[in-house]
Amino acid sequence: MGDFAPLSLHVPEPAVRPGGAPDFSNVKIPKAGSVPRPIVDVAPEEIRDLAYSIIRVLNRDGEAVGPWAGVLTDEEILTGLRDMMRLRAFDARMLMAQRQGKTSFYMQHLGEEAVSCAFRKALDKGDMNFPTYRQAGLLIADGYPMVEMMNQIFSNEADPLRGRQLPIMYSSKEHGFFTISGNLATQYVQAVGWAMASAIKSDGKIAAAWIGDGSTAESDFHSALVFASTYKAPVILNIVNNQWAISTFQGIARGGSGTFAARGLGFGIPALRVDGNDYLAVYAVAKWAAERARRNLGPTVIEYVTYRVGAHSTSDDPSAYRPKTESESWPLGDPVLRLKKHLIIRGVWSEERHAQAEAEILDEVIQAQKEAEGHGTLHAGGRPSVRDIFEGVYAEMPAHIRRQRQKAGY
Amino acid sequence: MARMTMIEAVRSAMDVSMARNDDVVVFGEDVGYFGGVFRCTQGLQAKYGKTRCFDTPINESGILGAAIGMAAYGLKPCVEIQFADYMYPAYDQITQEAARIRYRSNGDFTCPIVVRMPTGGGIFGGQTHSQSPEALFTHVCGLKVIVPSNPYDAKGLLISAIEDPDPVIFLEPKRLYNGPFDGHHEKPVTPWSKHEQGEVPEGYYTIPIGKADIRRQGSAVTVVAYGTMVHVALAATEETGIDAEVIDLRSLAPIDLATIVQSVQKTGRCVVVHEATLTSGFGGEVAALVQEHCFYHLEAPVVRVAGWDTPYPHAQEWDYFPGPARVGRALAEVMEG
Ligand SMILES: Cc1ncc(C[n+]2csc(CCOP(=O)(O)OP(=O)(O)O)c2C)c(N)n1
Repeated sequence: MGDFAPLSLHVPEPAVRPGGAPDFSNVKIPKAGSVPRPIVDVAPEEIRDLAYSIIRVLNRDGEAVGPWAGVLTDEEILTGLRDMMRLRAFDARMLMAQRQGKTSFYMQHLGEEAVSCAFRKALDKGDMNFPTYRQAGLLIADGYPMVEMMNQIFSNEADPLRGRQLPIMYSSKEHGFFTISGNLATQYVQAVGWAMASAIKSDGKIAAAWIGDGSTAESDFHSALVFASTYKAPVILNIVNNQWAISTFQGIARGGSGTFAARGLGFGIPALRVDGNDYLAVYAVAKWAAERARRNLGPTVIEYVTYRVGAHSTSDDPSAYRPKTESESWPLGDPVLRLKKHLIIRGVWSEERHAQAEAEILDEVIQAQKEAEGHGTLHAGGRPSVRDIFEGVYAEMPAHIRRQRQKAGY
Repeated sequence: MARMTMIEAVRSAMDVSMARNDDVVVFGEDVGYFGGVFRCTQGLQAKYGKTRCFDTPINESGILGAAIGMAAYGLKPCVEIQFADYMYPAYDQITQEAARIRYRSNGDFTCPIVVRMPTGGGIFGGQTHSQSPEALFTHVCGLKVIVPSNPYDAKGLLISAIEDPDPVIFLEPKRLYNGPFDGHHEKPVTPWSKHEQGEVPEGYYTIPIGKADIRRQGSAVTVVAYGTMVHVALAATEETGIDAEVIDLRSLAPIDLATIVQSVQKTGRCVVVHEATLTSGFGGEVAALVQEHCFYHLEAPVVRVAGWDTPYPHAQEWDYFPGPARVGRALAEVMEG
């Protein structure tokens, strides 16, 4: 047809596949401390650059530098390190428990611990998260008992959710953790609704929405941005960009938009990218967004640039779709090791204390696991009653469900 | 008492509920300033302010998602989907989220929302303004599904729905918004103002969810219907002279099984009528229940009258819509059986 060559479909591909050399040359990483910290009531159009940069606090030497540094005390940072270590130890034990057949399924956070652990500390009691399956750090950092998490994972007789939910799909209103849906992105817009309700009631509480990079392609993500920007809802719209959605690299969902944070720009929502492996940066940015929300300045989009070191879930084998050593080349390092180094040069931590803390935490996790296993695991020991199948579909049990329960013998 | 159309009764239910409870919020496309394309929410924004009754973006999954979040917070959202035909983008939020939040969180979170949507045909709405999707909701555990057939019921049921602790799908037959209807489209519609069920108390009252209404006592055959088809069934009964007992289900989920069973055990015959397509429609559920519970009382097979298994046509909608003639033929058929 005339001057034009035939059309061809563009299908994005990651820089390398298994067998190739890991390559993150496309991830442009600014120096720690180099990205400015705007005032909270900044006009969104003045900080468009922040949707394309990466806010970082911890530099290579472990120092906290720049305008986003200095917001946490020694004590708070030490607690942060312990939270991340707890989550990591918890993950390791539960992964093992799944391999031992004590539960059907598990999803780990390896490499992403800073995101949820630091974020939780920027919220107050009464605020609400609408998490995905990879934010158990929100519970750990809020002091939710590990035993309860394990009871849920084992679907045992003490499972707070009575064996109804897939492992790791926790729920705790008290700890600001909304019941997790297995359907991706649905909860992003629910978080906006919760925040709108808080504004309708002139409350001081804020909500946080969570989504992965892959799931930003779902229409509910876009619905949420429409609602959040229309009503200036007091909500923090978190996007965890861990590079991979199961086997699908981030470029598939992102298309040509440059960054996920940049999705917020068309909606006039301030959008920031942050080093997701930098506990101090995550906390500082989350705190900034929380303050905006509380001051009635509306939503903020935050993209956490991180890397999923582990498999997507226990049903996944990442070596089939990415180089085995890719995680080691991730240019933003390991969140636990980075914070540890910072605390050491800060003079409040040491290798010995770290090793000791590791041992204590492992002990704590093992104790919790013993207690949880005392209530049973998926295939052994106590289970929730079959009666629980029929309870709680409605506030009051309707006649037809009662008849079915009787038929089942309960 | 006042004479009200179904539109006014629905509006009055929201008004009464909003006045009684500050947590009740009403929103949807065009419902705020304008009062909705059918004017069901007219005046509510002026009376209760923009944060209690407001317009939303054209984004049904957003409307439902936001409502679910608000309900989790502690509000009582009563949302409008402009036509039932447009609830499909929100179907995921309704069926996978709203319906199951109580169950999956073991009561930690609940979802007391009401989703109002105009349904059904008979207004020359064509394929995308005429659908009756009730069976898509009755199949989903965790939802309650209501279809009123007159202003009095609509108001009492909607207030109950708003007070209900669970998610309720409230389907408003738009053919009945302005008056009852006997299936003869060429005849002028008598307005609700000339009908006893247009007499609606101005204040608060409720009608329990899950209770059917016997609209006509009879001994020869039981007709189970809801929404617009209640009026069609009554017209068919009158025209055929068959002494039918006409049951208006009002709630499809939960269903009032006792009333159906009692009636069919008395009459020994049953016809089920609905506007939605026949195959896998709600009539199949009623027929199965009757078979399970009344088998030894039945003197003829249960007969279903429904819309054809095709999309809803525009020009031929009066051939699609089950009218008194089709119901009459079904009545005659079961009487012979
Ligand atoms: C609506 C829906 N579609 C598909 C799936 C299956 N699924 C589960 S996780 C996942 C990948 C999600 O990737 P991402 O959003 O990047 O989050 P990550 O796992 O990387 O944290 C998919 C496709 C689902 N759960 N829900």
